[in-house]
Amino acid sequence: MNRKSKINVRDFVFHNKVVLMFLVLCVGATIASKQPLTFVIPELFTRIARNSFIVLSLIIPVIAGMGLNFGIVIGAMAAQVAIFLTTYWGLTGVGGFAATVALSTPIAVFFGFLVGRLFNYMKGNEMIGGLVLGYFAEGLYQLLFLFIFGGVIKLHNTNLMIPTGIGVKNTIDLKDTVKYALDTVPMLTIVEVGFYLVLIVLVCSTAFKLVKKQEINWKSVVMKAVAAAVIYGLTFIKPVEQFLSADRLLLLSAVEIGCLLTVLWQAFLFIRWKVQARRADEDTIEEPFNMQKAVAYVVLAAVVYGLTYIPTLFNVLIAVKLPVMTYLCIGALCGFNNILMRTRLGQNMRTVGQSRTVANAAGINVDKTRVIAMIFSTVLASWGQLIFLQNVGTLSTYGAHTQVGQFAIAALLVGGASVQNATNKQALLGIVLFHTLFIVSPLAGKELFGDPVIGEYFRVFVSYGVIAMSLAMHAWKKASKPKVEGEGSAEAA
Amino acid sequence: MRNPLKPLVEKFGLPRVIIVSFFLFLIAAAGMFHMNLMQLLSDCIRRWGMYGILALAMVPAVQCGIGLNFGISMGIVGGLLGGIIVIQFRVAEMPSLVAVHPLFAMWVAVLIAIAIGVILATGIGYLYGLLLNRVKGSEMTVTTYVGFSIIAFMNMMWMLLPFTDGELIWPNAGKGLRNTISLAASFSNVMNKTLAFTVAGITVPTGLLLFFFLMCFLVWLFMRSKTGMAMSAAGANPMFATAAGINVNKMRIIGTVLSTVLAAVGILVYAQGFGFIQLYNGPMMMGFTSVAAVLIGGASPRKARIAHVLIGTFLFQGIMALGLPVANQFIPESNLSEVARLVISNGIIIYALSQVKGGSGRE
Amino acid sequence: MEKAKETYVLKMDNIAKEYYGNRVLKGVNLHIRPGEIHALMGENGAGKSTLMNILFGMPVIHTTGGYEGSIEVNGSPVNIDTPLKAMELGIGMVHQEFMLIPGFTVTENIKVGREKTMPNLVSRLFGPSMESLDLKAMRRDARKALKTIGLQIEEYVKVAGLPVGYMQFIEIARELDKTGIQILVFDEPTAVLTESEAERLLEAMRVISSQGIAIIFITHRLDEVMAVADSMTILRDGEFVARKEIKDTNVVEIAELMIGRKMEKLVDNSSKDTRTIDDSQIAVSLRNYRVNMPGERVKGIDLDIKKGEIFGIGGLAGQGKLGIPNGIMGLYKAEGQVKINGRELNLAKLGDALDHKVAFVSEDRRGVGLLLDESIEENIIFSAMQTNGKFLKKIGWMRLYDGAAGKSHAEDMVKTLDIRCTGIRQPAGALSGGNQQKVCLARALTLEPDILFVSEPTRGIDIGAKKLVLEYLAKLNREQGMTVIIVSSELMELRSVADRIGIVSDGKLACILKPDDSDADFGLAMSGAWKGERKDA
Repeated sequence: MNRKSKINVRDFVFHNKVVLMFLVLCVGATIASKQPLTFVIPELFTRIARNSFIVLSLIIPVIAGMGLNFGIVIGAMAAQVAIFLTTYWGLTGVGGFAATVALSTPIAVFFGFLVGRLFNYMKGNEMIGGLVLGYFAEGLYQLLFLFIFGGVIKLHNTNLMIPTGIGVKNTIDLKDTVKYALDTVPMLTIVEVGFYLVLIVLVCSTAFKLVKKQEINWKSVVMKAVAAAVIYGLTFIKPVEQFLSADRLLLLSAVEIGCLLTVLWQAFLFIRWKVQARRADEDTIEEPFNMQKAVAYVVLAAVVYGLTYIPTLFNVLIAVKLPVMTYLCIGALCGFNNILMRTRLGQNMRTVGQSRTVANAAGINVDKTRVIAMIFSTVLASWGQLIFLQNVGTLSTYGAHTQVGQFAIAALLVGGASVQNATNKQALLGIVLFHTLFIVSPLAGKELFGDPVIGEYFRVFVSYGVIAMSLAMHAWKKASKPKVEGEGSAEAA
Repeated sequence: MRNPLKPLVEKFGLPRVIIVSFFLFLIAAAGMFHMNLMQLLSDCIRRWGMYGILALAMVPAVQCGIGLNFGISMGIVGGLLGGIIVIQFRVAEMPSLVAVHPLFAMWVAVLIAIAIGVILATGIGYLYGLLLNRVKGSEMTVTTYVGFSIIAFMNMMWMLLPFTDGELIWPNAGKGLRNTISLAASFSNVMNKTLAFTVAGITVPTGLLLFFFLMCFLVWLFMRSKTGMAMSAAGANPMFATAAGINVNKMRIIGTVLSTVLAAVGILVYAQGFGFIQLYNGPMMMGFTSVAAVLIGGASPRKARIAHVLIGTFLFQGIMALGLPVANQFIPESNLSEVARLVISNGIIIYALSQVKGGSGRE
Repeated sequence: MEKAKETYVLKMDNIAKEYYGNRVLKGVNLHIRPGEIHALMGENGAGKSTLMNILFGMPVIHTTGGYEGSIEVNGSPVNIDTPLKAMELGIGMVHQEFMLIPGFTVTENIKVGREKTMPNLVSRLFGPSMESLDLKAMRRDARKALKTIGLQIEEYVKVAGLPVGYMQFIEIARELDKTGIQILVFDEPTAVLTESEAERLLEAMRVISSQGIAIIFITHRLDEVMAVADSMTILRDGEFVARKEIKDTNVVEIAELMIGRKMEKLVDNSSKDTRTIDDSQIAVSLRNYRVNMPGERVKGIDLDIKKGEIFGIGGLAGQGKLGIPNGIMGLYKAEGQVKINGRELNLAKLGDALDHKVAFVSEDRRGVGLLLDESIEENIIFSAMQTNGKFLKKIGWMRLYDGAAGKSHAEDMVKTLDIRCTGIRQPAGALSGGNQQKVCLARALTLEPDILFVSEPTRGIDIGAKKLVLEYLAKLNREQGMTVIIVSSELMELRSVADRIGIVSDGKLACILKPDDSDADFGLAMSGAWKGERKDA
């Protein structure tokens, strides 16, 4: 027993060596930087809100076997073209943001399609291809912003264009247009819109089933509608309404709500299990209720809640304010990544990612699946860049996109992902670690070497180094295990 | 046969036809704007010699089978170190050497820098070769990021290395080495100036070209030697080479070392022509420029010849040399030529990659 | 029950197929009854795989001009032009190499490409590819298919790490899970299995056929055929030889039918044989020799080849005959004792065989034999330059290629071997197969070897070149006393030039035969059914 657990520990360390190394690095650098947690943590949460979406957009291509998508830079460019145009047209606020999203989506779909087609010509070289393609697109992007805007297409706006009238200014201020457009959506509005959305979905789906004469589970429909209505109804209670009318959520409240929801969810599972057990239909019970696990969750929730009473933690927790809508979007993307993998398309992507030969033999259109994966990734990356820009509030016309791919990929890898395997958890963990390092390393550099620049160089080195290491490890693994499968298929062909 | 361009396109490949046409167009445009064509051509030749050896570094890399070596920064770093060591010890200003002839002192300095660079690059290249032997089939992806990483790593080193000479470190108490280090006091333009002459308005940097051609000749000789031929065979068909009793991994290491060494020499030749040593992120994209140059010359990820280097560097650098002044005639003060550089150099690499058809990428 | 009219689930009649003017199938019939196990036998190149490609409507058939003849499934004529069509008709294939994804569960592998799904709101908007997976139904199907073949395994475990035998069963389960499966093709299924696994597989085949699914069983192993098959069809050189009921035949007859007597001699060695072969002089001696060459594994061979003889090594593809020369030359990892002319060879040292004056012409001309982009000249002189230091001139400390010497030698070789080319500067890749083979031969001869290994000397070259190459090998042997070892799948050519022929089966030497031994002997030896003593001719 004892020995077994020892081996497990060693395995755990071995499999998570990258994560553990960065964990140590982050803690060390934070201590070296001599910064209080009340500075680091709020900064970190701002960065999580900004960057998570774009990192999560990398997951689909990894699953589809196209490796780390260095081409997300092109998605970011699509976003910047869109945001420039909507700024030029003078669209503002949430509406302006929605319009920007609507505009950037078709552009990104088109770009993603082209990139996907190109990648089908360079199977096995997608990563280097994506990187070079990013630089290539950079050239075209500059052509567009420096010469075509103003030169070919006449644009008159002294705020956006450089004085000669040809070419776009270096920075564009988004303060009066879409800055914080997404971050400042009040919770009340979110709940309200959510309620109407649920109603619409329910009505549509029921109507569809009625038309197609399919069986309808009326009970479930009514239950869902009532649940939505109750939640919506709660918002009319004064204190709740007051609480929800804010657009930011204190981290403290978030932790408390999280603990509460965990307990409620476990209670719900427990009740459902009891009800089902009474019916005693074996097939319907997918996973038997795990009492130990449930108790562990509840205890964990209680402990976390208890921890909030520690003064240092408390100080940190009340210092952080989360932009609710942005975090909801990130959560939704995590959900989307998961749900997609449970559809036929997602399964096809997984198959293609694991083996193109098998996918072909199973009648899956490999090239098409890869192009779709690329379109998804590019569109999500463009949305991610929009979220980033609305939070930052200024668009650095020629610089905002250049490092996007590199930093996003480095973050994903720091979280323990690899060229062939990436999950939501790894992405989120990676963002936390990578950006902690980002925040503290210049400060640590200043404390340790008397110059913050060293810290800046160090974090750049880390981002390149971790990518290089990951690519080398992947290639190493691939080369040391020559596949018999590939040979066989070559013979069969 | 209806389209007379078709056989031409098939023979040289569409991108090369476009690039040659673009080059000719630039010359024509320069002529139309009544620019000093002779001066522009001099510039072309100067840049040809400056960038040539860096592009030459691709030949052994491609021939030994590691493909386009985006990671020549490994060698460049060695060359840069050689350069700044020579400045630190002020070799070019040693009275005994200057006494012979100032130019002689500069030559000694640059040759010592090259020697140090070569020694360092040999060591780095060997380790690099060991790594590349473990990542067969994905060399290009790995080399690119290993190249970036070493640049980023050296960024830290440039801050920390204990150099003290005033030419090297930031004035007024800054930390670390300067971004751009002037070579005026050491070996700026030493090759360009040697035996240079001007004919019909065209300045010919004889020393630079001779050195470039000497390097090309040495590589050519090596390619015809027993080892060189074995190396090419190992790159072209590893199984064939094994059947002939050749140690493929050893040959790949030889090729990698050679490529890295040439990069070290190349960056110093470039620096002396430019007059400055650029540290930090300066050499970051040098790999891409060199790769683009040989590809424009007609090389592929599997085959590169000296002729490809000569033609490719001339065309690519010619476009760069002509592009800026011509673009300025169209739109003043623009960096249209920077756009052209990005599009051309990366476009040709993408084209080359898409032609490989997964040949090197194993599943 | 009346036995008057037999019903067939599959009837292929007078099937013929041409590849670029080369007739590989010449009117073949294949009749399969429902629920029977039907063995399809023949040597390599007999046309089995082409026949199966036609049955599956593979693109390779239809992009090269289709086929002749008729196919009937359940009595109605069908036109199978795509693999999908074959699938719809209920024809399935268990691949020799596993088409499984290790990272997937058994269920996912069984249902790959045919997932059960449920529509949802999104799929109604964006089409069926967004339908969500019905994991429960998929698991149910997988369980059912596994139960059919009697595999006790949880359907939710990952395939990675399962024993090889299980993987084969999962392949089969996947085919069985396809709706309406009627005919299942097993392409050499036992090649990668251990004996007990193979036993279980044969048992599973019986179970499947007892459920009314017909099985086409492609194999070389006669004992397996005798054990499970009900009937069999034998092909030879693209021709239909016979359809037999197993109960009416025996091993010897089948072996004879497979080999067939061919009277023609490929080589006329009218020149007088003046050689004297001394039994005590051994050129190549192998003891417990093993080679780890994927697909051609050698599993322990003892063999002595006499100095000055032409020794043939025969056997079916995949049995290990090709591993023998490849291991000696150091292309694949080999172990055991190898003596060349009495001196031991260091198998771990690359190029040691070359130093012992052994030369090799590879079976994989384009992959191993040639530098396709380089000139004929470089291809010819290369090995000799690297091994013997020929064609080099010394300038200072450098050893440079001596272009003049290389050129004159290459031109000599082109003339002697009659290599048809535009000049010695032509890239080797641009030559025809026969001329490429001659270039390979020229390179081996430039090494001036004592012992020459030639693998598949006539693969993929036309009949005229074939004759020339074989005659030249015989000439080398007669005139220069070179020991020549020919490894070939074509028994006919071995029997026409070799003095003795060793047959390799399952990585081991089955026996050594004389060229004029009976067809049945050859057939039995090649099918792994050699029961006699190891016979030394």
